[in-house]
Amino acid sequence: MPIRWKTYQTNDFYDELVKGGGRARPAAAALCKYLSSLKDKDIEERKSAAELAIHTMGVTFTVYSEEGGSIDRAWPFDIIPRVIAKSEWERIEAGLKQRVTALNMFIDDLYHEQRIVKDKVFPREVLEGSKNFRPECVGINPPLNIWAHICGSDLVRDKDGTVYVLEDNLRVPSGVSYMLENRLVMKRVFPELFENQSILPVDNYPSQLFDMLTSLSPRKSENPEVVVLTPGIYNSAYFEHAYLAQQMGAELVQGSDLVVGEDDCVYMKTIYGLQQVDVIYRRIDDEYIDPEAFRPDSTLGVPGLMRAWRAGKVALANAPGAGVADDKVVYAFVPKMIRYYLDQDPIIENVPTYLCMNKDERDYVIANLDKLVVKPANESGGYGMLVGPHASQKERDKFARLIKHNARNYIAQPTLSLSTTPTLVDLHVEPRHVDLRPFILSGEQITTTAGGLTRVALRKGSLVVNSSQGGGSKDTWIVDTGEA
Amino acid sequence: MLSRVAESIYWLARYIERAENTARIVMVNANLVLDTPKGMSPGWRPLITLTGSEDLFDKIYPESSERNVVKFLTGDTKNPGSTLSSLWFARENARIVRDVVPRETWEYINDLHIFAKGNLQSGLTQRGRYDYLKRIIAGAQQITGMLSGTMSHNAAYDFLRIGRNLERAEMTIRIIDVRTASLLSNKAELKPFENIQWMSVLKSLSAYQMYRRQSQTRVRRLPVLKFLLQTRDFPRAFYHCLCEVETALQHLPRNDKAMDILAAAKEKVLQADLDQLEQQALHVFIDELELALADLAAQLNSSYFVVEPSPVKQAA
Repeated sequence: MPIRWKTYQTNDFYDELVKGGGRARPAAAALCKYLSSLKDKDIEERKSAAELAIHTMGVTFTVYSEEGGSIDRAWPFDIIPRVIAKSEWERIEAGLKQRVTALNMFIDDLYHEQRIVKDKVFPREVLEGSKNFRPECVGINPPLNIWAHICGSDLVRDKDGTVYVLEDNLRVPSGVSYMLENRLVMKRVFPELFENQSILPVDNYPSQLFDMLTSLSPRKSENPEVVVLTPGIYNSAYFEHAYLAQQMGAELVQGSDLVVGEDDCVYMKTIYGLQQVDVIYRRIDDEYIDPEAFRPDSTLGVPGLMRAWRAGKVALANAPGAGVADDKVVYAFVPKMIRYYLDQDPIIENVPTYLCMNKDERDYVIANLDKLVVKPANESGGYGMLVGPHASQKERDKFARLIKHNARNYIAQPTLSLSTTPTLVDLHVEPRHVDLRPFILSGEQITTTAGGLTRVALRKGSLVVNSSQGGGSKDTWIVDTGEA
Repeated sequence: MLSRVAESIYWLARYIERAENTARIVMVNANLVLDTPKGMSPGWRPLITLTGSEDLFDKIYPESSERNVVKFLTGDTKNPGSTLSSLWFARENARIVRDVVPRETWEYINDLHIFAKGNLQSGLTQRGRYDYLKRIIAGAQQITGMLSGTMSHNAAYDFLRIGRNLERAEMTIRIIDVRTASLLSNKAELKPFENIQWMSVLKSLSAYQMYRRQSQTRVRRLPVLKFLLQTRDFPRAFYHCLCEVETALQHLPRNDKAMDILAAAKEKVLQADLDQLEQQALHVFIDELELALADLAAQLNSSYFVVEPSPVKQAA
């Protein structure tokens, strides 16, 4: 039975494509009309064509399991795109740029004068309790004073249609290659949809990334040597590291390929001997990049890399220490940062956040654990969270104890009614919850992806979109409908 | 180009070539066994010998039956030289150098591995075997062709060529070594089948048709040996492979030591008076060629794959 929008139940949620009563939102009108014209057989064909494309393109992510070691899984993908009107996207884009500007000013401030702390806008105790503040970075001036060159901010939409920032990923955000691959798959499978609509392209990201990286080079040569530093083929995002290196024409290196000389320059081992490296797009966490400076047991890093970076002989993106702003407690202060550094109102708001470090808010959180989502400050990938409404009393009691014991480390947020979007389930469509991760590049100018990676919770009713926990993804279309 | 990447490319090429060669010797042997009368057939054991895997095989299987040998050489993942393992290693190396090899090639290597794994059961049946092996051989050749047609002929490609040709050279001399050993028992009753066996040697290397065109003589020991060892034109001839390695090596930096080894090996094979080499002497001679290949591989390793990080000086 073909797709019938009349019977599509959006329930109480905001749906990205469909308003109540089965009417398509303007930007999605052409898509919805097209989908309802497809027969079951067509849908099945497109679906298996997409699966085949993903399979042969080798789009995978790596999952760790204790029994099986690490396994490559095909990337779960839904063929119905998520659509956002260009007019709405422009506002979001402005908001992201504003946010990243303030975050970079904040990081630079923390490693220099700490004005924001002195002016009592940002509490000193939060800074002191920060796991990702690196004293080794104090006083360093990275090129252009930018620390977070690549940022992935997660956006969610609530019941009333408001878009919020859920978190900012400033360490080694991943997912952009899936965004690019999703578009390639869609163009293979639904070429006709791209012919008749104005969908913003996404494939200029690798060249924007490359331009941004070369602009950081300490040597002003014509062709700076840019490399992508990966932990190796067993990392869950290795596919992406290789993909980006390939798209940029940069070398994909592992720690063991690099060596820091006595002149503090970084070299890579090549068949010609040692060759100097100017810019490193590193996809290894701070703690592992240099066993001399951080974890001595790290075999992934390059001994002396911090020395080279401090001496200004090599650029690192993101800069070490940028993760200080990638902390869910620091997150709560971003709107204040925007006002403080830019004297502007935030264009995109934060999800309302309770800081357990403040007594009043902590008391409220502990009394209302059944209504809230509790998150630790420094975990990612959805680990270590409590989803209050779905948790048992025992789990809630455990979190109450954790919060009392280490209040600085926890925040809480109301459970949002994440927006939904039509997703293929056995050849018909059902609403599934989604978020959106756009990527923002900061160099001489700031650019954002057109849309980003839409992650979808494939299980009915689930709010967890992480690929490691049953999430999938969709292509994201920014559609120009010609409206202002 | 990174040393680690150069090494992976070199191995990628070797494994693709190995998968092809292994598939071909199984296919050819199946034909040979069908053509030889019962009791005179060399059987399947020589394939284990010529792939140098006797110890491993004997640990896993009680006897060198057709079924066991075919399984061991095609689908046994415990055998690192089986076609399936070779394709897996090729894929893993391709994965490491995904940013260097053209994307379509990576997709194709990935596909071929998926095919080899997914169709193994039918590949192990006598009836399904031919199609399965044919597809693997064609797949490997397609990958080689795609690389040659879509990848820049730069240093990375040079390592690819070196890997492929060293693997080929090695397979050629091993086939000669093992196959001539089982051929030359000179028993009168075997005489009628000698021709078939020499033909199978040529076919193991896809060389039969080209041999015919070039030699226009009967399939006999001396011209076959000459063809497989000393021809410049035939791509699986030992001498040809060395020349290919030489061409690729010429583009690479710091190649003097490897070039010396290569020059000595070329001279050795061209100067050999094959007519005078009886079976035992031929065996010794082949051993020497094998050693030269091993020396060359070791030299490549120390020149290109292991870079000592001592003097910090930028080379050209």
